[in-house]
Amino acid sequence: MTDIESTRPATAPAVFARPSPLREFWRYFSENRGAVAGLAIFVLLLVIAAAAPLVAPHAPNEQFRDALLTPPVWQEGGDWRFLLGTDPIGRDMLSRLIFGARYSLFIGFVVVSIALIGGISLGLLAGFFGGIVDTVIMRVMDIVLAFPSLLLALVLVAILGPGLVNAMIAIALVLQPHYVRLTRAAVMNERGRDYVTSARVAGAGKLRLMFVTILPNCMAPLIVQSALSFSNAILEAAALGFLGMGAQPPTPEWGTMLAESREFILRAWWVVTFPGLAILITVLAINVMGDGLRDALDPKLKRS
Amino acid sequence: MLAFLLRRVLLLIPTFIGVTLAAFFFIRLLPGDPILLLAGERGITPERYAELATRLGFDRPLYEQYFAYLGNLLSGDLGVSFSTKRPVWDEFFTLFPATLELSLAAIIFAVVLGIPAGVIAAVKRGKAPDHLVMSTALVGYSMPIFWWALLLIIVFSGWLQWTPVSGRISLLYFFPPVTGFMLIDSLISGQRGAFNSAVQHLILPTIVLGTIPLAVIARQTRSAMLEVLGEDYIRTARAKGLSPLRVVGGHALRNALIPVITTIGLQVGVLLAGAILTETIFSWPGIGKWMIDSISRRDYQAVQGGLVMIAIVVMIVNLTVDLLYGLINPRIRHRR
Repeated sequence: MTDIESTRPATAPAVFARPSPLREFWRYFSENRGAVAGLAIFVLLLVIAAAAPLVAPHAPNEQFRDALLTPPVWQEGGDWRFLLGTDPIGRDMLSRLIFGARYSLFIGFVVVSIALIGGISLGLLAGFFGGIVDTVIMRVMDIVLAFPSLLLALVLVAILGPGLVNAMIAIALVLQPHYVRLTRAAVMNERGRDYVTSARVAGAGKLRLMFVTILPNCMAPLIVQSALSFSNAILEAAALGFLGMGAQPPTPEWGTMLAESREFILRAWWVVTFPGLAILITVLAINVMGDGLRDALDPKLKRS
Repeated sequence: MLAFLLRRVLLLIPTFIGVTLAAFFFIRLLPGDPILLLAGERGITPERYAELATRLGFDRPLYEQYFAYLGNLLSGDLGVSFSTKRPVWDEFFTLFPATLELSLAAIIFAVVLGIPAGVIAAVKRGKAPDHLVMSTALVGYSMPIFWWALLLIIVFSGWLQWTPVSGRISLLYFFPPVTGFMLIDSLISGQRGAFNSAVQHLILPTIVLGTIPLAVIARQTRSAMLEVLGEDYIRTARAKGLSPLRVVGGHALRNALIPVITTIGLQVGVLLAGAILTETIFSWPGIGKWMIDSISRRDYQAVQGGLVMIAIVVMIVNLTVDLLYGLINPRIRHRR
């Protein structure tokens, strides 16, 4: 954070030294109880996803022919073997949901990574060089933004072919422009600062200026955006799965699970309710966490 | 104002060209031979293949094809849908009113609930109503709307039997479309119960499609109101003894609405993306369902046409919002 670095007196006595950036960040972040709860749920989901084979009572695709559409355990006809019931072909809902967490989190990480890398590179180029490079990159981003995101993702999947990997690529491409815009704005803001000029005078090359000097000072909005698009990626991937263009059955992806069980909605509420609830809880936790991150990282909004 | 308008329109031209390029290359990027793709699943004879290639212009150089495509587009020719054999342009404008009606209903729902909710949250900042509005908004914002739609169907159509599950109107009623808006057409038809049926069919899709805009508008209204409520002129208004209602409603809200209007405009993309899901679930015969059906039927001529038309709609709405914004806020139009 620039403000921390630049406001620190050169010879501050040790007693008055400001806390480390990480510690200061945690102080602000932990003030927001919702954000801490969101973080806790997110970490819990990560643990469940990582330990899925150990936590899940059954294999995700194991079929129990004697227990089709068993209701959850607390309802009449429930079975203790299947805490959240079974789906139309006798697979354990809870186990599928647990394995589904792997897919959703994986999608989130991959999509955000691709969008971040591409977005930062293009944004740095546009912001650093300006002129024709900037114009071309930003006009292309305008074109991407002219299409509703889900529609563009659908069309990209139609070109690439349905499937989880292609869905992730499509979503990353659709989310990309936001990172480009953010990076470009931050870079243009930093480009003229004294510390950049001094690095340039000291002989730093263009690449070094871009990635080592400027980029670290543009990270705050990018981190916040990453959290927000992490949840967006999960939602869009689930929507694509629901429309049959994302992960394909029998993958226990939450959106795909919803699509598979749609026709049973009036007969077996649990096959529809739980996968959606899983999506909602995950997305909500990440969004609350993202709000906390923004408050803690964005100096302009801090303490307002 | 005219210069501002002109500048805005000129800025749209590169985007428009880009959008048409994207739609143009869409068919050519699909894996496989575009002519076979356009011809559909059935096989075709070599003579028919050659005829199609000439008719669709695939035997000409790429840039010529593009300019031909652009010329057709500007004269309202988007090609013929291979599944219905009707011009894509006609298909689009037959179905567009259904999407427009649903989107308008959703945005009205979102504005009518969202702005008051945001105002209440701002006025009662930090108190119970604020927490209630903000946490509800956060849930709404995080909602997978396709699941929300299924839940509402389970409760209102399944358990309570209050609302129908799909379509725009009960099959009992039939009348020729006049405006394309079911609410208006059903009134004009004069058939008893038709209007009620149309309203009942509209309720659940409206709620589903309006949920995310509602959450966004409530959040935006709250933060805009908080900013305005801290201004000096609000203190002045309070000091001169105006009633709290006049201060909030007359002075604060009017100024807070400027950023909110932009937010409402930005929801159009969200609405059109949401319409794809909402229309699919409720079998609503609009553009969103048509696009999904066209993609799964591999009717790529229709997908190409729909793609470009939807992007144009988004661009026109964004332009309108920009202009409105300039109209309300002179600082914007005199910048630069």
